Amino acid sequence: MVGIVSYGGYVPYLRLERSIIAKSNSWYSMEGFGFAQGERSIANYDEDTITMAVEASIDSIAGIEKSKIDALYFASTTLPFAERDNAGIIKLAIGLGNEVLTANFSSTLRSGTTALRTAIDVVKGGGHRQILVTASENRVSRSSSRMELWYGDAAGSLVVGSENVIAEYLGSYSVCDDFMPSYRGSKNKFEYRWEDRFDREEGYQKFYPQAIKGLIEKTGVAPGDVAKVIFPCVFGNSVMKKIAVEAGLNPECIFGNMHEQLGDSGSAHPIVMLSYALEQAKPGDKIIVAGYGQGVDAILFMVTDNIKNISPKVGISGYLAHKKNEKSYLRWLAINEIIDIDQGARADAISRASLSSQWRQRKFVTSLIGSKCTKCGYPQLPPARVCPNPKCGAIDMFEDYNFADKPGKIFNYTTNALAVSVGKPVLLGTVMFEGGGRFIMDLTDFNTEEVEVGVPVRMTFRRLWKEERGYTHYFWKAAPAINK
Amino acid sequence: MGNGIKDKVAIIGMGCTRFGERWESSAYDLILEAFNECIADAGIEKEAIQAAWLGAYYEQFHIGKLAVPLSVTLNLDHIPVSHVENACCTGTEALRGAAYAVASGACDIALALGVEKLKDCGYGGLPEESKGPMADTLWQANINGPSIFALLASSYREKYKVSKEDLKRAIAHVSWKSHQNGFKNPKAHLRTKPTIEQIINAPIIAEPLGLYDSCGVSDGAACAIVTTPEIAKSLGKDNIISIKSLQIAASSAYETKFNEWDHTYFVTATKACQRAYEEAGVKNPREEISLTEVHDCFSITELVLMEDLQMSDRGNAWKDILDGAFDFDGRNPCQVDGGLKCFGHPVGASGLRMIYENYNQLLGRCGERQLKNVNLGLTHNVGGGPERSVSGISIIGRL
Repeated sequence: MVGIVSYGGYVPYLRLERSIIAKSNSWYSMEGFGFAQGERSIANYDEDTITMAVEASIDSIAGIEKSKIDALYFASTTLPFAERDNAGIIKLAIGLGNEVLTANFSSTLRSGTTALRTAIDVVKGGGHRQILVTASENRVSRSSSRMELWYGDAAGSLVVGSENVIAEYLGSYSVCDDFMPSYRGSKNKFEYRWEDRFDREEGYQKFYPQAIKGLIEKTGVAPGDVAKVIFPCVFGNSVMKKIAVEAGLNPECIFGNMHEQLGDSGSAHPIVMLSYALEQAKPGDKIIVAGYGQGVDAILFMVTDNIKNISPKVGISGYLAHKKNEKSYLRWLAINEIIDIDQGARADAISRASLSSQWRQRKFVTSLIGSKCTKCGYPQLPPARVCPNPKCGAIDMFEDYNFADKPGKIFNYTTNALAVSVGKPVLLGTVMFEGGGRFIMDLTDFNTEEVEVGVPVRMTFRRLWKEERGYTHYFWKAAPAINK
Repeated sequence: MGNGIKDKVAIIGMGCTRFGERWESSAYDLILEAFNECIADAGIEKEAIQAAWLGAYYEQFHIGKLAVPLSVTLNLDHIPVSHVENACCTGTEALRGAAYAVASGACDIALALGVEKLKDCGYGGLPEESKGPMADTLWQANINGPSIFALLASSYREKYKVSKEDLKRAIAHVSWKSHQNGFKNPKAHLRTKPTIEQIINAPIIAEPLGLYDSCGVSDGAACAIVTTPEIAKSLGKDNIISIKSLQIAASSAYETKFNEWDHTYFVTATKACQRAYEEAGVKNPREEISLTEVHDCFSITELVLMEDLQMSDRGNAWKDILDGAFDFDGRNPCQVDGGLKCFGHPVGASGLRMIYENYNQLLGRCGERQLKNVNLGLTHNVGGGPERSVSGISIIGRL
């Protein structure tokens, strides 16, 4: 039996009410009010596709033996690097070894489900034992567009394998064709859209039914037995209903599009919604998940009894609940570099990343692995060869020690009004780790008044800075602790 | 520590520029301004100087890395010149080089000069260090001067159960007191007298530090000429000023990496000071040290240093400050010339500027700012941040 073995996800902390977006743009167009329900998630100034993917992956591998994962597939249409293994950054951040294969799936909003399908085929064929499949999207749109209101930022993650399967794979059916309701050139920041009617009538309402009907026929599943059908659709309930009916399914089993809580997260969205659905699923549930982009992948799963034994996760539900409402539309535009904020002369001190230094320090910088003295047991970060314990003095007697999964507490803190950052207020402090070790770190996802000595924190993978040359540098920060 | 430096080196001349936004002056102009006063005070010929130590820290903004700018500017005749740096102790480090050279007998007369020209960087606050491919930029938090020192505040409040309001008032008093002193000093950059209310209500830079809790950014230079006590006497000097102690202490991994240190004090300042008092033979600092010039880069730093320098008991400095213990007319006056608060912090020069005040106090030259019964003056610098610092101490007195 092959299928999904674990699930997880990540929704960024910040949410922006769509009414704020619509109101801010109302001087230009009243069109936005038509889509201005609920809120959308927005990546913070220090988040991007990869940082969200790392959080989602950490969530889905919780409780899984890391050494059993032998491949990592990553899907996104908003990859920070055109050349540099994006999946490889995620893999290093979550502490998997260099014998683990990485693969990147991109260029279509269908890439999330294609990655999932492919992982299943590979495990079935014996090529790999357990494959981590993560999809993530950080969607930037023009101001006052409908896309700005439709979309959201999020990441979903699944582990595909054959042991302790919680959702058995029953079959898949894909239709792939060069149908373009929109496109984005590789050097362009924004997509270009044709009229919505074309997308709805020639796209959604034809491809989804075609693929789902093909799946039903191929697997022999009785349409009435389908508990949930999960498929992204920016055009809302009435269109989703038409699709379900055309596909021969009962509209009651439509999962929804999570427009009001999150927004459409592109190639990540089917994975995000599937992960969320699995949190609520019961043994025996038959679930269809489909992804849309130049065609459709449709995949059928059946939930098993093992779902009751799944390890605790934060999950999409946990991250949905852990939120703060961003009040400033302008700040979001500055985060996305749609408006050009004056950062002052201090911003001219440009960093040039040393690629050789990054290579040498990658275990610490990307995986947050420090060193633990084998003589006295004291852990430290950054890793060093001389033990800091004044009573120990050991040199070159250490082993690797992972700080990324250690809870910590704020030991002291302050603000930094002079710092160059769109992420005001800039907060930082010393984190004391459970089990030993201390480190001065940036604090993120905190309000100033929430920060006090003793507040518990979790380590989170974030963007530390970017360069004009196209390099994005990642490191870890301290964020509020979240319960699973 | 061997025999120490006490009474082996005499300071026979000092000079100090006016500190401030010296738009009209280059670093070379500042070097000459300080030197001219110093050589006149020493009463020797320039040719008598046999070695020189140049201190500058943000050299990338003015003189560059070489030592040669000093010898070219002053036209020193091919003598040994060293460019030294030790963060905010740079000025003291320059003096240390000159003093040790003289004490060792390697030369008879040496010059120490510290200079910093910061105002060519184009913005307020200390300049951002150029970030080349430095390893730390791959993982360092978004931290700078004010925020790294501000971390002392939340730890100090937590340990000694001081309310936010009380600590804010104490650090405001630190700045208030320094401004009262600097107002009387024609060489200071800032000569205003803000009220406690203005200080408390100023915009926050790094909680709890506000605009008036931070020293300014200025240009300046200061310099000293040193020789042996015997040569000083042979030059006809009476009331010879002697170095009693020079100490530096640099952080180990203890503060950054080991969980024991509670972030409420400077390990380096505490240890350098203990050694300095021992070297100088000071048994009762509060009685024997007539004035202190300490590193008030930020008001919270000075508060904590009062405890490190044994002028206050641990946990009590904030109360002593509010009682006026370190005011001009208090039991242990601090920052009598106005401190970094009023002079700003041209890094290479600050250490020597502080010694300049103590030197002039011992010689009775301070006019309105003159204290009575001055016997020993202590200076302290600290560079880096509380968790990764280098502290420098000097104690001077009469031979």
